[in-house]
Amino acid sequence: MLQQAEISPEKIEQDRLYRDMGLTDEEFQSVKNILGRQPNFTETGIFSVMWSEHCSYKTSKPLLRKFPTEGPHVLQGPGEGAGIVDIGDDKAVVFKIESHNHPSAVEPYQGAATGVGGIIRDVFSMGARPIALLNSLRFGNLTTPRVKYLLEEVVHGIAGYGNCVGVPTVGGEIQFDDSYEGNPLVNAMCVGLIDQKDIQKGIAAGVGNTVIYAGAPTGRDGIHGATFASEDLSEESESKRPSVQVGDPFMEKLLIEACLEVIQHEALVGIQDMGAAGLTSSASEMASKAGMGMEMNLDLVPQREQHMTPYELMLSESQERMLLVVKKGEEQGIIEVFEKYGLQAVAVGTVTDDKQFRLLHHGEVAAEIPVDSLAEDAPVYYKESKVPDYYTEFQTIDYKPAVMNHAATLKQLLQQPTIASKEYVYDQYDSMVGASTVVAPGSDAAIVRVRGTEKAIAMTTDCNSRYIYLDPETGGKIAVAEAARNIISSGAKPLALTDGLNFGNPDKPENFWQMEKSVDGMSAACLALKTPVISGNVSLYNESNQQAIFPTPIVGMVGLVENLAHVTTSQFKQAGDAIYLLGETKAEFGGSELQNVLEGRYYGKAPAIDLDVEASNQQAVLTSIQQGLIASAHDLAEGGLAVALAESLFGSELGAKVTIDGDVTAALFSESQSRFLLTVSPENQAAFEQTVPGAKQIGLVTEETELAIEQDGKSIISETVPTLEALWKGAIPCLLKSKA
Amino acid sequence: MKFAVIVFPGSNCDRDMYHAVKDGLGEEVDLVWYENANLADYDAILLPGGFSYGDYLRSGAIASVSNVLNQIKIKAEAGTPVLGVCNGFQILLETGLLPGAMLRNEKLKFMCHYETLVVERADTMFTSGYEKGQQIQIPIAHGEGNYYCDDATLDELKQNNQIVFTYKNNPNGSRDDIAGIVNKAGNVLGMMPHPERAVEDLLGSSGGLAMFQSVLQHWREMYVTTS
Repeated sequence: MLQQAEISPEKIEQDRLYRDMGLTDEEFQSVKNILGRQPNFTETGIFSVMWSEHCSYKTSKPLLRKFPTEGPHVLQGPGEGAGIVDIGDDKAVVFKIESHNHPSAVEPYQGAATGVGGIIRDVFSMGARPIALLNSLRFGNLTTPRVKYLLEEVVHGIAGYGNCVGVPTVGGEIQFDDSYEGNPLVNAMCVGLIDQKDIQKGIAAGVGNTVIYAGAPTGRDGIHGATFASEDLSEESESKRPSVQVGDPFMEKLLIEACLEVIQHEALVGIQDMGAAGLTSSASEMASKAGMGMEMNLDLVPQREQHMTPYELMLSESQERMLLVVKKGEEQGIIEVFEKYGLQAVAVGTVTDDKQFRLLHHGEVAAEIPVDSLAEDAPVYYKESKVPDYYTEFQTIDYKPAVMNHAATLKQLLQQPTIASKEYVYDQYDSMVGASTVVAPGSDAAIVRVRGTEKAIAMTTDCNSRYIYLDPETGGKIAVAEAARNIISSGAKPLALTDGLNFGNPDKPENFWQMEKSVDGMSAACLALKTPVISGNVSLYNESNQQAIFPTPIVGMVGLVENLAHVTTSQFKQAGDAIYLLGETKAEFGGSELQNVLEGRYYGKAPAIDLDVEASNQQAVLTSIQQGLIASAHDLAEGGLAVALAESLFGSELGAKVTIDGDVTAALFSESQSRFLLTVSPENQAAFEQTVPGAKQIGLVTEETELAIEQDGKSIISETVPTLEALWKGAIPCLLKSKA
Repeated sequence: MKFAVIVFPGSNCDRDMYHAVKDGLGEEVDLVWYENANLADYDAILLPGGFSYGDYLRSGAIASVSNVLNQIKIKAEAGTPVLGVCNGFQILLETGLLPGAMLRNEKLKFMCHYETLVVERADTMFTSGYEKGQQIQIPIAHGEGNYYCDDATLDELKQNNQIVFTYKNNPNGSRDDIAGIVNKAGNVLGMMPHPERAVEDLLGSSGGLAMFQSVLQHWREMYVTTS
């Protein structure tokens, strides 16, 4: 209900009410030191959101500093709304991933929808037109009604927002594991295209310039969302439903078009979206980045509800709002652009040179805070780290599966939801709007062409959190390497990545150790594969019932297809093509899908990865694709060679005859890293073998639609492709329908 | 020949339609904002897909009462080709330029993929570039594409030969597999599938290009005298 009288500064301190807003005792003391007095209710709220993990990265900062963030083609690294990479022709790609886990756990449709909306705003606020959306989702196993509901509604929310706003959802990934049951992960990535001359920054420069608020009016939704995202989920989370925002994709579509028109206006100085912590973070960050201050009159802020307090206005996370700084005296031209689209745009403040963040409300100063203190004086915590007992134990285990019937096992693997076709999901996304989608969902990476050039952008999201759970450092390397392998398989050169770091409560030393080690592993792979981290997001406290999720640092990677002729997909192309396997297969089953099928849990060692081998295999494949030697390319991932062969056959109306050697189970199902499945037409075989001497021919693509695998003349697997495809396609719809 | 693509707040296939005409067909085309539009100089009107006004009311309902539709009705009566795709089709239904209505897809989910369309009529100004019975690959992307009309209207559509495209494998529950219909005069076509997304093989199909070529061909026959 409405606060009739605001709680006094004395009471906030005395009753430690700041704790309810997420500030610790020490943090409250620093606030007092900064202000030289007790903060009032609004100020306490402002500090608490700006110093929340979500906005300040106070726990993850020491780790994030480890990431390589530079490269010759990086135009904008971490720190702005999204990162930017040069793709030549005076164009650039802009991209970022963001999590919306906690809101999606409580209200999956709106949680997911506003996650999509938020990441789109991050991209167009840089001046870029959003050209593609991807997502990365994690759920519990599809056995309870609650998990099924979460999946259905998250997908529904992503579709509802993305389809309406008119940005194609071209790719993504979904995995299932019990650790996500109470705390699903919803990470959304947006990729935009920009002419380099149009790149914008979120700065409030120029004393006396005008601060303009544009877009949807402010309501009471999402108040304290950033703090909510920085806590463990619990029974009480349900009562935080008002912390979840409601999305309006139509408003966002109008905002995109208006903002892209406004960036061409010379009166615009800076622009930033209002994301987490709403007006507070956008305004204070813009001022702080410019070395300026800002004064805003909250009475002028468009409001959707009556009697809103300064606290509510500043902390609301109402969606589809932007903050602009415009040259003084030239406001009208900007306002008219918004009016054309039926959007409100109102002058609400001024840039000052006193480095204060001053808010006026009903003629009184509602808050006055040194603006740099919100961003720069946020505490940084070096958390305790401890090797978990499970890791030490797992390192001593050499897991060896026993498989009797390899054909039956392949069928089982194809029906595992993590491997099974996700068509049920991506058919609900408009993947083609924009009429530029060259490779739609279902292949290794999605590809969107760059109109007016011969180039295209390849993109993927990836993270096998099982390996990271078993061994965060190795798993971190694999996450980056696998994303790069997907990009390479599509015929593109990996450029850079955005990281979506999802972990449990960092106050538990074992969780922090997982974070630390996985960032180390990712950083090593980024350096080896020359893919700097240009943007990202951190989501901690992903726990429910005291149980942390598997550590899940999602990699969103973008690559450049130099020429459309290089575009390659995983599907086999023609009977008579030779099938090659590149990369060494060892008996590695820790964290494998096979282990999941046989044991129902993950233990032992993660597959090993040698980053030099990885880089050299990737380069060999890319070179041979660019030379036009390769008909299809697919990276080997969950389920190993047998699953990769089956996936490459689906939709092709072809078959394959393959001979394996060595241990049958390892040859078929091991998840050894750095491997590619490639097909080559007969006339290119000689040249291909010269370019990629490490590749070994293992069979032929056949006209007969059968997957035939044999060893020493003895049949191991002989299944018709339509049978396998039906199982693979039917698995998820079947699980969703089943009552169990 | 000069095409107008009408842009409503919330249209999102407008630029795709624009590129289909400009790059695919190679003709002149403008994006025309719905407010204060002047359509006098245009030889064909294209209503693109998207979510006009968010489709928060019935799909296309609000756009159908905007001023620009009055001009479009006048152009349509004068014989100008009017093509409505997806949300554009929904708008044409709401205005009454075409009969029937849209229901939510039978499976109640948005769907986006290629469908095989059967060309039922190759003698319209939109389809003369096809053969009757020809099958073409065109993407669909809609949540409310389940075409519905009452028995009397369906009989009339059949009698007047107004059904132009049908789905080979009905994806959404549309009556009689209807994917696209024309008005009696034959110059207003509405269809749920997106021909503008199928004008180049690079993206998977160029099966929609002949539609745009047919409209151009018709215009040339009507207005361009060869010496």
